[in-house]
Amino acid sequence: MMRWLLLILALLATHATAETETVVLGLSQDRVRITPNFDGSEILIFGAVKRETPIPTGDPLQVVVTIAGPDRPITIFRKARVAGIWVNARSAELPAAPTFYAVATSASWDNVMSAAADKAHNVSVDLAIRAMGMARGDVASQSFTDAAIRLQQNSGLYKLLEGAVTIEDQTLFRASVNMPANLTEGAYRTRIFLTRGGEVVDLYETEITVGKVGLERWLFNLSRDNAFYYGLLSLLIATIAGWGASTIFRLLRNG
Amino acid sequence: MQIYLPIAEVSVNAFLLLGLGGLVGVLSGMFGVGGGFLLTPLMFFVGIPPAVAVATGANQIVASSISGVLAHLKRRTVDLKMGSVLLGGGLIGAAIGVYIFNMLKELGQVDLLVQLCYVLFLGVIGLLMLSESLRAMRKSRRGGPPTRKKHNWVHGLPLKMRFRVSGLYISVIPPVLVGMSVGVLAAIMGVGGGFIMVPAMIYLLGMPTKVVVGTSLFQIIFVASFTTMLHATTNYTVDIVLAFLLLIGGVIGAQVGTRIGLLLKAEQLRVLLALLVIAVCGKLALDLLIRPSELYSLTVGGAQ
Repeated sequence: MMRWLLLILALLATHATAETETVVLGLSQDRVRITPNFDGSEILIFGAVKRETPIPTGDPLQVVVTIAGPDRPITIFRKARVAGIWVNARSAELPAAPTFYAVATSASWDNVMSAAADKAHNVSVDLAIRAMGMARGDVASQSFTDAAIRLQQNSGLYKLLEGAVTIEDQTLFRASVNMPANLTEGAYRTRIFLTRGGEVVDLYETEITVGKVGLERWLFNLSRDNAFYYGLLSLLIATIAGWGASTIFRLLRNG
Repeated sequence: MQIYLPIAEVSVNAFLLLGLGGLVGVLSGMFGVGGGFLLTPLMFFVGIPPAVAVATGANQIVASSISGVLAHLKRRTVDLKMGSVLLGGGLIGAAIGVYIFNMLKELGQVDLLVQLCYVLFLGVIGLLMLSESLRAMRKSRRGGPPTRKKHNWVHGLPLKMRFRVSGLYISVIPPVLVGMSVGVLAAIMGVGGGFIMVPAMIYLLGMPTKVVVGTSLFQIIFVASFTTMLHATTNYTVDIVLAFLLLIGGVIGAQVGTRIGLLLKAEQLRVLLALLVIAVCGKLALDLLIRPSELYSLTVGGAQ
């Protein structure tokens, strides 16, 4: 009896997905390589919508893409005047917040996602950051969380890119997201939402890996694994450069 | 040309870094200061994280100081004996300073103390030097005879030593004490201490200005090397690529600075250094006194 019930449920489930629209994805790159001349990167995400039925009428299809960097704790300081001078008087800590968070949409925010859908999936910058937990510290954590989001937005690390996704014939879409140069290494969680009338029709998740390669990788590892020799190497370079410059200048003067 | 720095984890214009290193190198060669008090804030401005800026600054100072000392050695304007005595005191002082720094860190507000120390010392030293060197300039212009060095209590102390290059025959106690107190301050404030050492050598020990610059650079090499190793092994914050770009500019700048320094009169050199010190002090004081436009600031990652 139980087995039959499960089978029916499974059939119902496949039937349900067959009727809706699903994402078929292709990333321009699933790896961002940080090389010595790395100066930010543009990630191109393109995909198609697979459906078994004709294109539904009514609200047009919209696409929302989010890319979130690895989580790190953030400490927020607030300055206050103490005895006439401005000092960092208070602080609070966000236990985990993404180091990078971008939302790209195919239309203005209000047209692509309802407040309820946003709440369910934590898509918008504000909700995505707050979902990780509030700042904990001395006082009013709300204002500290707001400040953290505002500061990260100002430095381009958190952003909403309205209209950065283009859709053709409600079937093919492509999004381009600029990643800044100061990226944290790690896995960047990427989500693609298909929405109609503000409601989520399908959600597809994948990961983009960001990592140093070549010389950058080697130097970074050396500084961590063989810190003493790395320090000596730095001093050696400094000594050679200092001596070299003085020798070259002497030769220039004499020659 | 943008270049990605592996430890700082930011991408910065390479020519900008060469220029920064060059500018600080010129000052280093001219005045015998490491330039850390100038280079570190400039690096913040370019977008390099503070911890990396402080540590890498020390490495760049090693290079420009070596370059400067070699230029001075050829002119016999380095008092190696005096430098070693000061260094000995400095290392003892640095150890005491690190101990005090950790004690203050537990009490909190160490950043504030460092900033206040900066403002106080830069202000006092800058003003003293400025007034003294202006008086000396006026006197030399009037063409009056230079005043003879006065014998004070310093010359009555035991353990006398001859410092031939400086033309001094004094007790080793004052240089050791000067080295120690500069070491303490340097460790607390996170700088090489050249801007404190130079005036102390001129006014407290009575060394000739021309010898002071080379001698100061000589002892800064060792203090900065020690600091670099400390940062590299405990905080992993020395960025070798950043240091390389800075020091290429720095070593060339130091050579140029040394030559400029030789063209100037001792009083002129002191007036310029005094003005520089006062300018940096004024900037720091304003930061503390004026209401900042953004009250909040943040640091990503674990506590340092």
